[in-house]
Amino acid sequence: MENFIQQLINGLSLGSIYALIALGYTMVYGIIKLINFAHGEIYMVGAFIGYATIHTFQLGLIPSLIISMGFCALLGALIERVAYKPLRKATRVAALITAIGVSFLLQNVMIYIVGPQVRAFPQVIENKVYSVGNIQINQTQITIFLTTIILMVALQFIVKQTKMGKAMRAVSTDADAARLMGINVDNVISFTFILGSSLAGAAGVLVGMYYNSIDPLMGVAPGLKAFIAAVLGGIGIIPGALVGGFAIGIIETLISGYGSSLIKDAVVYLILIIILIVKPTGLLGKNKKEKV
Amino acid sequence: MKKLIVGLAALALFTTACGTKENTKDADTIKIGGNFELTGPVSAYGTAESKGAQLAIKEINAAGGVLDKKLDYVELDNKSDTTESASVATKLATQEKVSLIVGPATSGATKSATPSLTRAKVAMITPSGTDDGLTLDSKGKVQPFVFRTGFQDSFQGVALAEFAETSLSSKKAVIIGDSSSDYAIGLTKSFKNSYAGEIVADENFTADDTDFNAILTRIKDKDFDVIYMPAYYEQAGLIIKQAREMGIEQPILGADGFSNQALLDLAGEENVSDVYYSAHFSLNNDEKKIKDFIKAYTDEYDIAPDAFAALAYDSVYLAKQGIEEADSSDPQEVAKALEKVTDFNGITGNFSIDENHNPVKSVFVIELQDGKEAGGTEVKPK
Repeated sequence: MENFIQQLINGLSLGSIYALIALGYTMVYGIIKLINFAHGEIYMVGAFIGYATIHTFQLGLIPSLIISMGFCALLGALIERVAYKPLRKATRVAALITAIGVSFLLQNVMIYIVGPQVRAFPQVIENKVYSVGNIQINQTQITIFLTTIILMVALQFIVKQTKMGKAMRAVSTDADAARLMGINVDNVISFTFILGSSLAGAAGVLVGMYYNSIDPLMGVAPGLKAFIAAVLGGIGIIPGALVGGFAIGIIETLISGYGSSLIKDAVVYLILIIILIVKPTGLLGKNKKEKV
Repeated sequence: MKKLIVGLAALALFTTACGTKENTKDADTIKIGGNFELTGPVSAYGTAESKGAQLAIKEINAAGGVLDKKLDYVELDNKSDTTESASVATKLATQEKVSLIVGPATSGATKSATPSLTRAKVAMITPSGTDDGLTLDSKGKVQPFVFRTGFQDSFQGVALAEFAETSLSSKKAVIIGDSSSDYAIGLTKSFKNSYAGEIVADENFTADDTDFNAILTRIKDKDFDVIYMPAYYEQAGLIIKQAREMGIEQPILGADGFSNQALLDLAGEENVSDVYYSAHFSLNNDEKKIKDFIKAYTDEYDIAPDAFAALAYDSVYLAKQGIEEADSSDPQEVAKALEKVTDFNGITGNFSIDENHNPVKSVFVIELQDGKEAGGTEVKPK
């Protein structure tokens, strides 16, 4: 039992990271129906910005998080303006391929700038371990969990309580009608990219701090897992990303903990296939009638 | 960008090739070829070995050469590419007419150079190709022209099993291995075959994993006294960190894939205690010839030698012994003489060449405490 609770704690920390990345996928999809495959790379860039601020400028965790989120927000908005906006009227598959292109571009630019090798992330908080019986939880895990919860609450507030959030929901329901109501749809889309990318930036710094290891290809695997998390929860639905992220994190940990660590990735991808066949709208999705 | 670099490298190679061709055959010298990874992804290994080899050549020439002739070292870059390695080997053997080739550094490049050298009947000594299959063909027959100075992978696993039993008095081991590299799979296999104690758990991960908490939580409450971890430093560093933070205090045992500064950076120096790994060579050795080598190398290149440089240095001296014992610079005679080398004294150990062209030598197991080398144990072959 203690072992099980310990594995749940491990799963929750991993799940928090998936959830933060999944939010970016889900918000962008909700607004412009684009799967932004470059999102995993924004998370990677966020980790490197965190590395630079902590290692080179000797800043603490909170300032590094804020700087990294800010930089990633700008990067996300820039990518949207340069790569996706000109394709707004093009087919969806064109935008999807562009997203994959942007993803490779970011990976290779980073390999060119920082080199392909794995580097160690500086220790930014003292890592204390708290034990309750045989169950251990360390300072980093608590920090990751708390940061995720705080960012989720802030996001929920922005989406539900602010004018911009209302505009986002309006655009997501019907972009044309929103435009007729006087909403500047382009600005709303940029804002969505800014929000999603800043969350990915935060996830990057947290992962760097947790695993102590960053490299230019680190965004690929978590990016895919987070995408699955978004689909599992119901793509386009914000609480769905949270549920999906935690679910994938816990499933993965329990499989390595009680089954075999060799099949954990296979099981996660199998979940993607099953959910697409059985309930394509995801766990929290409702079946909607197609508008004619 | 990559194409441009490859193009430039090809151009550079072309010009050096033209340059060396002017050296017509000189009866007063014996030619030794160098086939190394001077550029490309594993150039760190190749350049270190090239430096080690050149230092040995310089020393031998300063001491009067071999058979009263000076050594003439001809080096070509295989660009860390297996195809290029084969063509470099052919060029050295047929155009330069070298007596013997030192290199390449990696198992893949050595494998691809083997067929052309077998045809040309020129021997090569790979300093650090550790794949068991390099010196044997697919039927298990020995390759007549392939030799090595580093121990083969399976021997590391055997030596580490012996070290665990004798020096750590281990009876129960846990294996945490990389299931995505041939190197680690081979190490796991040879350890399992020769470890006399019980293997309590055999866990696997793949090279792109970063979260090992689930595996570690699973083994934490098991009863064991050593963790055997065949992996490269990228993952090993993370596992050591996560294990130590979780309170797993048992000794951790790894192979030569641990030997990189990045292991300490990733794990955090305070976590790297009771960590042991096998190495070809240790800087902290009091033997005079090793100290002399370290000093000569540091004077020449301003950096401390690593295991790769030491192995290449030994490879050139092994070549010298082969030529002396053959009393000839004819490539076939040299290859025959190399098979019979019995008492070679090198800085990576004293060894004989066995019937499969592998050196019978000791493994150094280096102990790390607080991220520092705290001692070494020599494990002799049985």
